[in-house]
Amino acid sequence: MTQPVLTLSTSLLLVLALAVLGHVLAKKRALSVAGGDIRALAALPKQYALNTVLSVVIPAAAVLFGGLFAGRFAGTGVTAMLPWAVLVSAVVGFAISLMRITPDFRARTHAESWIKLLLIMASGVAILTTVGIVFSMLFETANFFQQYSWRAFFFSAEWSPNFRGDSALGILPLLWGTLYISFIALIFAVPIGLFAAIYLSEYAGSRMRSVAKPAIEILAGIPTIVYGLFALVTVGPFLRDYFAEPMGFGQSASSVMTAGLVMGVMLIPFVSSLSDDIINAVPQSLRDGSFGLGATQSETIRQVVIPAALPGIVGAILLAASRAIGETMIVVLGAGAAARLSLNPFEAMTTVTVKIVSQLTGDTDFASPETLVAFALGLTLFVITLCLNVVALFIVRKYREQYE
Amino acid sequence: MSLLTIDARTKTRNAAERRFRAYGLGAIIVAMIALAILLTSVVSSGVSAFSQTYVTVTVPLPEDKLDKSGVRDPAVMAKVTTIGYSSLLRDGLVQTLADAGIETDLSNGDVGKMLSKEAPATVRDQVLANPDLIGGDITLDLLMNGRIDGYFKGRVTMESAAVDKNVSPAQLQVAQALADAGIVDTRLNLAFLTAPDASDQRPEAAGLGVAILGSLYMMSVVLCLALPIGVAASIYLEEFAPKNRWTDLIEVNISNLAAVPSIVFGILGLAIFINFMEFNQSSPLVGGLVLTLMTLPTIIISTRASLKSVPPSIRDAALGVGASKMQSVFHHVLPLAAPGILTGTIIGLAQALGETAPLLLIGMVAFVREYPAAYTPDAGLFGEASTALPVQVYNWTQRADPAFVERASGAIITLMIFLFIMNAVAILLRRKFERRW
Repeated sequence: MTQPVLTLSTSLLLVLALAVLGHVLAKKRALSVAGGDIRALAALPKQYALNTVLSVVIPAAAVLFGGLFAGRFAGTGVTAMLPWAVLVSAVVGFAISLMRITPDFRARTHAESWIKLLLIMASGVAILTTVGIVFSMLFETANFFQQYSWRAFFFSAEWSPNFRGDSALGILPLLWGTLYISFIALIFAVPIGLFAAIYLSEYAGSRMRSVAKPAIEILAGIPTIVYGLFALVTVGPFLRDYFAEPMGFGQSASSVMTAGLVMGVMLIPFVSSLSDDIINAVPQSLRDGSFGLGATQSETIRQVVIPAALPGIVGAILLAASRAIGETMIVVLGAGAAARLSLNPFEAMTTVTVKIVSQLTGDTDFASPETLVAFALGLTLFVITLCLNVVALFIVRKYREQYE
Repeated sequence: MSLLTIDARTKTRNAAERRFRAYGLGAIIVAMIALAILLTSVVSSGVSAFSQTYVTVTVPLPEDKLDKSGVRDPAVMAKVTTIGYSSLLRDGLVQTLADAGIETDLSNGDVGKMLSKEAPATVRDQVLANPDLIGGDITLDLLMNGRIDGYFKGRVTMESAAVDKNVSPAQLQVAQALADAGIVDTRLNLAFLTAPDASDQRPEAAGLGVAILGSLYMMSVVLCLALPIGVAASIYLEEFAPKNRWTDLIEVNISNLAAVPSIVFGILGLAIFINFMEFNQSSPLVGGLVLTLMTLPTIIISTRASLKSVPPSIRDAALGVGASKMQSVFHHVLPLAAPGILTGTIIGLAQALGETAPLLLIGMVAFVREYPAAYTPDAGLFGEASTALPVQVYNWTQRADPAFVERASGAIITLMIFLFIMNAVAILLRRKFERRW
């Protein structure tokens, strides 16, 4: 392959040089068209310079990213043209912006509309991410369903992938494991988190709050891999030796219970800080009214504050559930890898996220259903958590407006 | 009826009150205990990773074995593999035993096996770096085998050694005798933080060097991308965006993205950055991009909150003296919001540093022994294969040798120290610069 005349990096360097040159020239030209008196100009000389720099850099950057992206579809022809296209767009921006410098040219307004364009594009990244997530999974999932029947995927209770082909890829045992573990986690986290929030917002003095709140927040800041190791090294063997084996439930250290308990600990701060916010948003007048009727503090909380905060708390629980369903590292290290439909909480089971990891790490072949199934699993997970999130966010939002 | 005697109904109501209070207190205590158990369990099993057992051995370096040609050319000498060196080490250790007056029934081969499999490579590197050593002796501290190391740390006992085919009680006795003679000791091991990962057979040599470097690269990518994009997006949404469907959509999107499971971002990275854009697998660049997309919502949410907390009077004053909307934001609002933005960014970075699941999918679990370069012409910026701290933890938990559990916990201590520092800085910044209006 011969070295191209203009490589992308030289082209980018040239654009940069052009921007610097534009800065100097624009300033000079603005001063000269004003005849040396900047009061005659519609904007400060530095704003003419800024406009020129942005007119060089932004179109070039747009062409660069557009070209890189298009090159993935259209092939090497586009990629070879790209350095020239970038340079040309920069030169055009350079020339036009310099030519437009007159005393009446509103340089500040123009420069600011360039900046605003940048800001808009930055906020578009969020949309692009979502689009990227959906498309990256949609295409591969479509591929998967061409090779594997969707009925078997959604309604089969057997999961036994086999890289030589002829796999059974039913999602039901994975969904069962996911829901079972999340259920145990929520059973553990919701009462503790809720009571902690109630105590902190209604009973605790400022001293207690200043100690307990940060401590609970530390739990929220601990990475999930730490919880995973905790499940693997401490909780799993403990549950096996003191509960599962004596009670005859099995000998597995990794189990639904292990993962569920540890995930419950992870969710405590999540539930408690969300509920704390929500309980604090209940107006004091409601409490005062209740006290005035002679209710004790716990009666007030149970019969006035909690009912008033209920929608928000439900939203918080739904968000916690979505967290639990999408959690990966704790279940990878704590729950085991066996796909199983069983009620015994001390048995190893597996989840959707565990199988996404196991199908996509190691040797992968993006033509076989055994690898592609991970994308279908991912899409299912995304849709489930999306529904939970949308409902939860809607409820929380509605609730906040209620008392504002 | 008297107000001074408490009737039955009031008693039950008061009891209910006390019970309710106790539940609340109990919940907080449970949470605290969980935190305490979690931290002590990780710290107690991980602290020992920072110390390591070394033996001081004098190794003979005969010319006829290491450099037959006698020209002391490292390129020629490199033909002698570590296998050639391990027999020299064995001889050195046997001699050390004899010198110390320690008698044993162990065969010479079993004595040699007490050393780490990494030790010959250490000596070989020394010799290749300094060929003049050949012909004489070299005295240096070498790593002991992981099981011997475990004996001094209490992980391996005489009973467990009796059923372990990798180590025998006789070897442990010899090690104990050497320790009593002061030839073997367990001391601080900073190589754990700098050395690269090691294979399954040599947990004693495994370190975090590559992982820390990889995490550092990824954090720089995240900082360079997520901070400007996040701040720009927040400025638009908070200061300029008209209230319409499009901005509503963006808002819903952002709060939604914050709650999308992290593994989904891993799938995105695999499909878009690796399969579609063909960036290098396992590279910090891809890891950084994925983490950037994950951190963006966090940064946007906190930046918007701090922009919102700047009072409108500041903006009005700037507009009143003729500043444009853009100038009022960039010259006045943004500097005032900067401490809050910085705090949010650090917290977002801390989250990204601990994230594991998406990195597994983009191949960062690979076994990497080479320190990745920040830039090479072939691989580009941050394009060389690397691992990351949390992924290294996962990687070590998947190995068979129990010594790796100690390593994994040690890695977590390191990770938590980084996180602690970042959060402390964030809290300090908030304390020092936060203004209440």
